Amino acid sequence: MLEIKNLTVSIDGRPILDDLNLTVRDGEVAAIMGPNGTGKSTLSYVIAGRKDYTVEAGEILLDGVDLLGLEPDVRAARGVFLAFQYPLEIPGVATMTFLKAALNAQRKQRGEEELSTPELMKRVKAGAEKLEIKPDMLKRALNVGFSGGEKKRMDILQMALLEPTLAILDETDSGLDIDALRVVAAGVNALRSPKRSFLIITHYQRLLDYIVPDTVHVMAKGRIAKTGGADLALELEKSGYRDYVADAA
Amino acid sequence: MSAPMTPPRTLAEAALAEAFDAALPGLPGGPDARKLRETSFSKFYDAGLPHRRIEAWHYTDLRALMRTAAPLAEAPSADSLAALREKLAASAPGCRLVVVDGVFVAQLSDPAPEGVVIQSLASVLAAGRPDLIALLAAQEFGGADTIVSLNAALMQDGVVIEVAPGAVVAEPIRIIYASTACEPRASYARSALIVGAGASMRLIEEDFGAQAAQTNRCLIVSVGDEAACDHIVSMTGMGRSSLRIESMIVRLGARVKFKSFGLIGDGGVVRRQIFMRFDGADSEGTLSGVSLLRGREHADTTLLVEHAGTGCAGRETFKYVLDEEAVGVFQGKITVEKEAQKTDGRMMSKALLLSDGVAMNNKPELEIFADDVACGHGATCGGLDENQLFYLQTRGLPFAEAEALLLEAFAADLVDELLDEATGAELREKIVCWLSARGAAPAAGDAP
Repeated sequence: MLEIKNLTVSIDGRPILDDLNLTVRDGEVAAIMGPNGTGKSTLSYVIAGRKDYTVEAGEILLDGVDLLGLEPDVRAARGVFLAFQYPLEIPGVATMTFLKAALNAQRKQRGEEELSTPELMKRVKAGAEKLEIKPDMLKRALNVGFSGGEKKRMDILQMALLEPTLAILDETDSGLDIDALRVVAAGVNALRSPKRSFLIITHYQRLLDYIVPDTVHVMAKGRIAKTGGADLALELEKSGYRDYVADAA
Repeated sequence: MSAPMTPPRTLAEAALAEAFDAALPGLPGGPDARKLRETSFSKFYDAGLPHRRIEAWHYTDLRALMRTAAPLAEAPSADSLAALREKLAASAPGCRLVVVDGVFVAQLSDPAPEGVVIQSLASVLAAGRPDLIALLAAQEFGGADTIVSLNAALMQDGVVIEVAPGAVVAEPIRIIYASTACEPRASYARSALIVGAGASMRLIEEDFGAQAAQTNRCLIVSVGDEAACDHIVSMTGMGRSSLRIESMIVRLGARVKFKSFGLIGDGGVVRRQIFMRFDGADSEGTLSGVSLLRGREHADTTLLVEHAGTGCAGRETFKYVLDEEAVGVFQGKITVEKEAQKTDGRMMSKALLLSDGVAMNNKPELEIFADDVACGHGATCGGLDENQLFYLQTRGLPFAEAEALLLEAFAADLVDELLDEATGAELREKIVCWLSARGAAPAAGDAP
């Protein structure tokens, strides 16, 4: 379970998150929607452990443990996964080498045995097939020369292999055509489980047609302005964010 | 009236003059070779050790860096060669040629593969074949450099490899440099590689264990029309107080494919200079290298690429990883002669600066006399990409591991791009070895 309590965050002295409170239960799929510049991506980065931000107050508890003092890799080993809005290209690092290094680094951190290469290959192959990732892509350098859709699918493959307890999807729909969106959404839906929570950050309701959330939170001016069910997203699609921006102010 | 100024001699220059006089009677070769040695030494001595006011040596001031001249290495003893033979037993595949302290050791070397003639420099100088002597003298191109002249004066030995026209040599020819000297010694090797028209071959030069304290090596390469030649040099066996100068003079015929890759890892002061000239038309010449530096190491790569033939493509890419207080130098000069129309030249240097104490000096130069050419150069200096580091960390890699993975990727991608799988794997292993040692031990060192 993710519990964010009274989180206040700034960057270069400029406040971004303001006394934010949010709870995502085990197995819950929570969507966070909101206009540009309200701190949605900041929230995802702060949970994942990016250092550019200053946490002024509050705590982020995952299963009762405060993540804030932990390095990003330790958070990852504790179950945090961030699917990036724009997954990075890493020239010179073969995709398979990277997947093996990531998986084994997390296992090592948790005191588990390293995966053998054949076992890893088996898992990667099975995951790749489901996400329509061609074997050729696995031989190339990570994300280098991949299309937007291919990069997103590669991120979801990583999520499937790393089996996080909290998966954060930051604007996963951006840059995806309808077909790619369907594949990615199917990949995410296949990973829904009573033990795994999702935090889905998006501008548009469209993604939520494919990944139907349990709860929808509207974020405005650095805090949660309203919480509701899946129908709240449909409502927002009609009315826009104007009311919330005004309310929060 | 004023008398010409004679610069005051440094201790090292005086010691080199003494060493030359003492060694000359014992150095190999007949009267022609002796004459070459004397002229070359005069050229060196008149100019003295190159210093910061000599443009090509501005960033590697040898007069300041070379405080003493180590005595010439003696011929290795039978015992030390026997010990070396055992250690060499499990070396990598290919035709192995062993040079110990500048001297070719036939009994540790393999016979030449089919289509190849291999001789020691000493025997070539003694036999006095005019074409080979002229090639070895390299007077027309590259020979003007004073350090190349010093090498010609003191050359103890080396290997002369002649690949017959049309010969396809599948396994690499591997020159292995070793040293048995316990005290600081100097060695001067000069080798030549002559690739006949239409032939193809691969030459690997590598260090085996620690090297002599001061080495001045020169390799002269001549590639005939339509030949393909790959050259790989790996310089990894130098101590922190060593001085190493490596010169390569390359002349390419027409429709040639020539590739050279150099790895510099560990060493006090390293200067690698390459003089490459496109004599013929429509050839491709690729020069590349990776320098991995830490402590107070200093590595200088200086290129002179001359385009004289039409339609040739030159590619020069050099990468540096600099840590602690290391200093990197890249100087690349491309000249395009009036007749060399349709030249396509691209030069790039990329440096990763891992600490505030490092320095990188980049000096690209283009000198173009033809009017229909495409030439460009670029240089980058910077740290690792923080976004990439964060991305890898969010996948579970601790910071140090993420950093090592990115460094390996930076340094090794040229290896993957340019070399065959087996050679690439050998070099990648050396890069990984350097990276894993990084930070593991203090690397403070003194300049020679």
